Amino acid sequence: MKLTSEELEILKIIEENHRLPIETIAMMAMTSEEEVQRTIKKLEDVKIIMSYPTLIDWSKVEGQEGVVAMIDVKVTPKRGVGFDEVAGRIARFPEVSSLYLMSGAYDLSITVEGKTMQQIASFVSEKLSPIENVVSTTTHFMLKKYKHDGVIFDDGDEKDRRMVVTL
Amino acid sequence: MKHDYASYISDTAKDLKPSGIRRFFDLAAQMEGVISLGVGEPDFITPWGTREAAILSLEQGYTSYTANPGLFELRQEITNYLDSRFGVQYDPKNQIIVTIGASQAIDLAFRAILNQGDEVLIVEPAFVSYGPLVAIAGGTPVPVSTIAENGFKVTPEQLESAITNRTKAILLCSPNNPTGTTLNKAELSAIAKIVEKHDLIVVSDEIYAELLYEDEPYTSFSSVEGMYKRTILINGFSKGFAMTGWRLGFLAAPKELVEVMLKIFQYTTMCAPHMLQHGALEAMRNGYHEVEAMRASYRRRRNYVVQTLNQIGLDCHTPGGAFYVFPSIKSTGLTSEQFAEELLMQEKVAVVPGSVFGESGEGYVRCSYATSMQQLQEALKRMQRFIESRCPVIRTTP
Repeated sequence: MKLTSEELEILKIIEENHRLPIETIAMMAMTSEEEVQRTIKKLEDVKIIMSYPTLIDWSKVEGQEGVVAMIDVKVTPKRGVGFDEVAGRIARFPEVSSLYLMSGAYDLSITVEGKTMQQIASFVSEKLSPIENVVSTTTHFMLKKYKHDGVIFDDGDEKDRRMVVTL
Repeated sequence: MKHDYASYISDTAKDLKPSGIRRFFDLAAQMEGVISLGVGEPDFITPWGTREAAILSLEQGYTSYTANPGLFELRQEITNYLDSRFGVQYDPKNQIIVTIGASQAIDLAFRAILNQGDEVLIVEPAFVSYGPLVAIAGGTPVPVSTIAENGFKVTPEQLESAITNRTKAILLCSPNNPTGTTLNKAELSAIAKIVEKHDLIVVSDEIYAELLYEDEPYTSFSSVEGMYKRTILINGFSKGFAMTGWRLGFLAAPKELVEVMLKIFQYTTMCAPHMLQHGALEAMRNGYHEVEAMRASYRRRRNYVVQTLNQIGLDCHTPGGAFYVFPSIKSTGLTSEQFAEELLMQEKVAVVPGSVFGESGEGYVRCSYATSMQQLQEALKRMQRFIESRCPVIRTTP
């Protein structure tokens, strides 16, 4: 779908921060509030805007640290539907937070989130591996998040070091 | 007995006015919780690719001098850049000097061209260094005031009426600090006629050239018909590439002028720091997409700030470039210095009084929008509260 430069501008603004007031977005994009509302509604309707998640560093929240694993999955594609059918089956599990078809040594890359390693292990052995067409899985547990969706975690070093007034 | 130093100090140095902002700066620096719209530099940290290249060059031991005018590869990249971005052709061999910030390039330009008493027209409001740099080089700065009603654009008539038989040069800065005003091709061409007629040189400070927010492409003064031979083009990495603290600028000019400036440069400076030039090389080769991303971000913030300032009762023209807005504070009945000081004390927002940038800056303040949206939103909220408390008669949007 081809967007106007104004629609594109609105998208870029809310991609960075969707909590800005409509009025502010309108000013930044040099358009009217109605136009911003209309554009957002339209882009939501056609599912270009998918959702408005918040990036949270759960590792800082006691008891909520959780475990994340990235799993490489080899599957046998099915005649007529390729990888889509098996991918669709896997994607429906709520434990799966992301799923991509990859080029290279394996086919699907899955991110799975759970409370404990045990929980992820049983997801792999009881849910994922038994799926017909899944040939093999390799599970990598994530040890530490340094950067996610363009945001560096614990970016404490890079603070504003400018003087208060410079000419 | 206290030693009397006054007799040692040169008259030129004595006559230099201390920067008008010192006291205000000290005040702001001591306070906690200040939101500063007073900063004349990007809020972006230099892109990592550039930083890493400088680190790598240190690791590899690039700690020697370079050629006086800078690394040849860097000068080559600079000439490619000037050609592709602004359509002006220079020879990396003898037409470029990599300097310690654009400020030094301006200093070199004035030292190279001015005799005692030569006059330089400076379009005001202007960056605070121009006048003193002219004076240090023995010249006489002649301010040419512009007005908000004209978008702070200088007219050929204004320039012409300030020209005397001692006038040697004009300093132009577009986009301008502090007004953000940008001169388009037609406006520059009109100025060019005056320059030609009176046989002048133009020192064109184009340090904000990358920070331009309108669709019209940037016009370098050097690209205006007949002006190449009369232009000392000043640019650098500080603003567009977010590299202020690196102190790396450059100049491009006819080789006869560069030769003279290089003579001065080699005695005063030798060369720009080697490892930093490697960073700049990387910025030129692979960093341009970051410049574009920063520009898009500034544009959105400019749009927001201009409209909000107008809403809260501070008249503000929409500047074409840089990261400053220059709203009028005349409606408050305060001088620009009073406004800045009271706003700081009452609401902890720092802006720069316009009077610092010349007489024609009185009645205005410079607000930089090179700070996060969150900070800008809060700062403007505080400014609205301040305006309402000062002058409840001004109608502001609720």
